[in-house]
Amino acid sequence: MVSIFDYDAGNLKSVVKAFHHIGVETKIASTGSDLVKADRLVVPGVGAFGAAVSRMKDRGVFGVLAEYFLKDRPFLGICLGMQLLAEGSEEAPGQSGYAILGGQCRRFMNGKVPHIGWNRVDDWRRRMLLFDGIDAGACFYFVHSYYMPVFETDCWDLATTDYHTRFVSAIQKGNLSAVQFHPEKSGEAGLNLLRNWMRR
Amino acid sequence: MNTVRIIPCLDVDGGRVVKGVRFSDLKDAGDPVRLARRYYHEGADELAFLDIGATPNSRNTMLKVVEAVSEAVFVPLTVGGGVRSIEDIRNLLGAGADKVAICTAALNDPGLVARGATRFGSQCIVLSVDAKRTAGGWNAFSGGGRHDSGRDVLDWVQEAVKLGAGEILINSIDRDGTHSGYDLTLTRAVSRSVPVPVIASGGAGNVSDLLAALREGEAEAVLLASILHSGRYSIKTIKQIIECAGRWVRW
Repeated sequence: MVSIFDYDAGNLKSVVKAFHHIGVETKIASTGSDLVKADRLVVPGVGAFGAAVSRMKDRGVFGVLAEYFLKDRPFLGICLGMQLLAEGSEEAPGQSGYAILGGQCRRFMNGKVPHIGWNRVDDWRRRMLLFDGIDAGACFYFVHSYYMPVFETDCWDLATTDYHTRFVSAIQKGNLSAVQFHPEKSGEAGLNLLRNWMRR
Repeated sequence: MNTVRIIPCLDVDGGRVVKGVRFSDLKDAGDPVRLARRYYHEGADELAFLDIGATPNSRNTMLKVVEAVSEAVFVPLTVGGGVRSIEDIRNLLGAGADKVAICTAALNDPGLVARGATRFGSQCIVLSVDAKRTAGGWNAFSGGGRHDSGRDVLDWVQEAVKLGAGEILINSIDRDGTHSGYDLTLTRAVSRSVPVPVIASGGAGNVSDLLAALREGEAEAVLLASILHSGRYSIKTIKQIIECAGRWVRW
């Protein structure tokens, strides 16, 4: 059973349908007690960084999710769900994220923005378990205007993508995984990534 | 950089796929759910559905089609045709659409683009423009290409992006279904006018036309209908030719 966090940040339906397709049951988690009870948590999300953090704080779930991270329970952040792990974002100056990852998310300065479409995802230095059985450099579907810059790290596994600049497209450490692209909209490669995450 | 996006477009009326030539002379091309699954497994990068019936009955049928398709197809789904209100957008997203394409209602009420983008995010608001050549440029048409809104296309797309449109779907009425190639001047002019991705539509007769839309037209994606539904080309063949021409595709 996977809990999908509903904090009013976009359409959860696609994520739910993708999990059902790979034979995984889901339930919607919208309150703090739902989060506490979750065994495996997916935080999807599109939309604005600042508004998302504000809504989570208004609903009293921001801190509950911080505790979830401290316990290193299975987590998958998707798109905005990954950016929330950063210290903050240029999209909402002064608004703090979870600061599990250093640095600020930045806005793309070149090319068409949003970055919409299929782009290749490459391992950074070592193979990520999330991509087990998926071709190296496989394409995934992206929709975003802000990105997490590549950072030097020994403890995180990273995958990166190039769109006029190289940015972080997937991260993993322990039970915490997050991706900038949308696995639920990335065809068979995306479904395989969700299967890999379920096996972790 | 991104791959080229190949987007099959299914014109749906009363639950069946049809394709108009110059917006009339409809020819049946099959079951939308079956076609969508086939295109997904053949490598479609996205799928678009256009409800050309756009009556209340056709609308409800479309919601069922979207619901069924989104359970079996895991690439982005764009749905357009008769989207008039926030309620319509909510219903389509709720059924499983990822984006909605808005044409006539946006011309009549540009605020709908802003309200939709604020409520659901720019990423799901595609401004669809039916453009027809005029003496000095192009005008945006409404009502399935029947009414001249009097609005200059380049002004209109710039305004819509400011209001929150995340992508532009540009369709040439002059070329739609003619197989005579995209209106490249139009596509390029739109692409250079806006910071968001542009999808070229209307007029592809062969793969050279697609390549021209990507190169000279500077589009990020191409919307295809009869060239695929007729069986003249498969998605795989199209991608092979595009790849041989030096553009990057997803396999």
